[in-house]
Amino acid sequence: MKSMLTGLVAIVVIALGANLLLKQAGFASHEQFSGSSVRLNVVK
Amino acid sequence: MRVLIWLLVCLITALPATAQTTPDRSASGGAQTLADIMARQNGETLDDSIRRDNTGDPIGAAAVPQLGTRGGVSDPEFWRALRYGTADVRVSAGGEVATVLVQDGGIRWLNFRAGPLRQYGGWLLLGTLALLAVFYLLRGKIRIEGEMTGRTVTRFKAVERFGHWLLAGSFILLGITGLITLFGRVLIAPYLGREVNAALLEAGKWVHNNVAWAFIAGLVIIFVMWVAHNLPSRTDLAWISQAGGIIGSKHPPAKKFNAGQKVIFWSVVLFGSSIAVTGVSLLFPYELPLFAGSFALINDIGLPGLLGWGELSTDLTPQEEMQLAQLWHAILGFVLMAIILAHIYIGSIGMEGAYDAMGSGKVDEAWAKQHHSLWLEEIQLDPDAVSFENPTKREN
Repeated sequence: MKSMLTGLVAIVVIALGANLLLKQAGFASHEQFSGSSVRLNVVK
Repeated sequence: MRVLIWLLVCLITALPATAQTTPDRSASGGAQTLADIMARQNGETLDDSIRRDNTGDPIGAAAVPQLGTRGGVSDPEFWRALRYGTADVRVSAGGEVATVLVQDGGIRWLNFRAGPLRQYGGWLLLGTLALLAVFYLLRGKIRIEGEMTGRTVTRFKAVERFGHWLLAGSFILLGITGLITLFGRVLIAPYLGREVNAALLEAGKWVHNNVAWAFIAGLVIIFVMWVAHNLPSRTDLAWISQAGGIIGSKHPPAKKFNAGQKVIFWSVVLFGSSIAVTGVSLLFPYELPLFAGSFALINDIGLPGLLGWGELSTDLTPQEEMQLAQLWHAILGFVLMAIILAHIYIGSIGMEGAYDAMGSGKVDEAWAKQHHSLWLEEIQLDPDAVSFENPTKREN
C-alpha cells in the first residue's frame, strides 16, 4: 500500500515538475510558431 | 499489430484504392468537367493530374516580352498550386509548417476521428467490459485451492510495486483524460453542458500533457526490472496449452511471470512505447515527424507490396504527420486500454490473492504454488524470502 501511495505521489510530483520545466522552456505553440508581427490574444 | 497497420494503411490509401475513371473532357478543353466534380462529391477517386499538374508555366512565360502576368501563372493555376502544395510559398515565421496553406488531409483526419475512431474504440472498450462480465458470471472468481499455509513469500519488492503503480496510476489518468478529449463533445457537452465539457477538457489536457512523463518513467522502470523475466521460455507453451488454468481446473507451472503476464508485459512495453513516442511528437508539434520515415522503412521492407497494396506515401505535410500521430496514438491507446481492463480484472476481482502481490507484495505460499510453482521453487532456496509473519487471510 505504501508503494502504491508513493507511486501516486510521484505521478503528481513528476507532472508538476514537467509543467514547470516546459513552461520555463517556452514550449507552447504560440511561442514556437508565430513571429513578432503576429498578434495573438494570449494572456500572460 | 497487423490489423492496426491495415487500419492505418486503409486510412491513407482509402481514396487511391477505389476505381479510377477517365471521363471525356474534350468539351471542356481538358479542364475538369461537371462529371469530375460530381464524381468527387460521390467519394470516387479521379486522376486529378489535370488539376495537380496544371499550375502555370513560369519558364515559358519568361520569354514573353509583355503580358506575361504573374510570371506565367494565372489565379486558378496559383490556387491549384496552393491546393496541391507545390506553390512557392515563403513565410516570415512558422517555418515549413506555415507554408502549407491548404491541405485536405485535415478533413479525412477529422472524419476518421469523429467517426470510426470513436465508434470502434468505444465498442472495443464496452465489448471488453461485457466479455469480462460474462466471463466472471460463467467462471466466477478463481479461488485458491486447499488451505492457506500462513506462510508468505515476497512476490514483488517495494521498488517493483512502486514502478508498477507509477505506470498504472499514470496510465489510468491518461486513459480517462484521453477519453474525455475524444468523447467529451458527444457524451459530456450534450448532457452536462459545454461549460462543464470545456472545464474538463482544459483540466484533462493539463493532466494528459504532464502526467505523460510519469507514464514514460514508469515504462522505463518496469522494462528494466522485468524484461529478463519476460523473455519467452518453454514453460510458456505448457501454460498456453492449458489456457493458463483460467479455463478448467488445471494449474500449469510458471516462473515469475506466466505466458499471459508476458503478453501483458510486452503489450505494455511495445504499445506503451509507441504511444509515448507519438505522444511526445504531439507534445512538441512538428518537431518530431515520425510517419514519413516509418512509411519509407515499411516500403523498403516491401510489406505493402506483399499485401497487394500500393506504396505508402512518404510525401507528408507536417500537418499530416500530426494527424497520423494523433490517430496512431489513439488507436494504440484503445487497444492498450482494452488489454489493461483484462489485466485489472484478473488482478482484482478475477483471482483470489492476486491483488496481494501488488498490494502488500507478499503472497501466500499456496497461491504461489498454484499459480507460479517454478518461481516458488526458486524463491524457496532463499530462506529469507519466506516469512511466517503477516499471513495472508483468505477472502470469503
